[in-house]
Amino acid sequence: MLSKEQIAQRIAKEVKNGQYINLGIGIPTLVANYIPDDLEIVLQSENGLLGIGPFPKEENIDPDLINAGKQTITMVKGSALFSSAESFAMIRGGHVHLTILGAMEVSENGDIANWKIPGKMVKGMGGAMDLVASAENIIVAMQHVSRDGSSKLLPECTLPITGIRCVKKIVTDLAVLEIDPSGGFILKERAPGVSVEEIRDKTAGKLIIEGEIPEMTF
Amino acid sequence: MINKTVNDAREAVSDIPSGAFLMMGGFGLSGIPENCITALLEKPINELTIVSNNAGVDDFGIGLLLRKKMVKKMISSYVGENAEFERQLLSGELEVDLIPQGTLAERVRAGGAGIPAFFTPAGVGTEVAEGKEVREFDGKKYLLESWLRADFSLVKAWKGDTAGNLIFKGTARNFNPMMAPAGKICIAEVEELVPAGELDPNQIHTPGIYVQRIFQGKDYEKRIEQRTISK
Repeated sequence: MLSKEQIAQRIAKEVKNGQYINLGIGIPTLVANYIPDDLEIVLQSENGLLGIGPFPKEENIDPDLINAGKQTITMVKGSALFSSAESFAMIRGGHVHLTILGAMEVSENGDIANWKIPGKMVKGMGGAMDLVASAENIIVAMQHVSRDGSSKLLPECTLPITGIRCVKKIVTDLAVLEIDPSGGFILKERAPGVSVEEIRDKTAGKLIIEGEIPEMTF
Repeated sequence: MINKTVNDAREAVSDIPSGAFLMMGGFGLSGIPENCITALLEKPINELTIVSNNAGVDDFGIGLLLRKKMVKKMISSYVGENAEFERQLLSGELEVDLIPQGTLAERVRAGGAGIPAFFTPAGVGTEVAEGKEVREFDGKKYLLESWLRADFSLVKAWKGDTAGNLIFKGTARNFNPMMAPAGKICIAEVEELVPAGELDPNQIHTPGIYVQRIFQGKDYEKRIEQRTISK
């Protein structure tokens, strides 16, 4: 079973040279730590920055420079600043190549739910609906099952959805899966030491298993 | 050049009445009109509708207006980080419209730009789409969303001049440039106010035509929500 850091590390292997990338809050933010140094990529922050750098040293903290999670950040060389309207123009316009975000549930046709638990959580969707409706490639980072042990990979989402038929790939603590456009989670890789049977038991939606399923490498 | 200067926040917000429809710039606590919020707190008004991406925290920003029960309705994209907000919402004291962030930004932009509605992919197939026209363009579905316009928009900039021209800094720009044109009256507070002619016209982010009142703010706290440092 993978730690959050290992999920981030595995997702970092999906990043390609030259991509503009939006990382969501939580595990996706950790992906930045594992992107190989020889790749030239640019991280987009939806509150108006291309070129997120590392967190600042204490003496360089600037309250006018934060990421979408409201954390203090720095800018890399060649950064650009802009308004929220410009930011979402580049998102909706398809200029951001890859979106990595967390989810509460994903369905076998690629629907994602991650913004609301009726009666319990009313924080809002932030930029998630714009991102999932627009990005050409969406990777979800999540735990395979919830705290009570129920599967988060479902035939249909039970929570209010954020977007329809948008998720391409899911990396959980147990597996790497791809969405089959005709419906189903295609099992691509297992976490080290995790059996296909365990993944099958913990996937409530349709699981497609073709041939030998390799263990992940990092 | 037309002089837009007023003395201070108190004078700038003096005619904002109960029931006003307001916009406030800011993302989290970054780029919020701190001085105008403080001045509003001194006024005996309520039933405000506020368009703002977030709703502040319990003891800062819009959270202060919520605590004094001055707000009837919030139009926002994300309202976590605020326990009082959640309490008022669950008890029915406060109305809230939650809107996808890009849709919110574009609705405000459209309001200032004279575009009454537009189609966007955000929210198709979700509860955001309920009651809205869906139309297909080139095989993909889009929602019809309408503009947002306000009685007053309250924005915060880094530098400004007496003609109302504004320059923002860092990610404190966020919603401020779209909100300035979307308010019938835009009130701009700036960290540094200079005479017209001292800012480089090439560097202006918001032209003064959109700003009706400008003043030099004071005592900026610029509170940080998530102080994160690298080790």
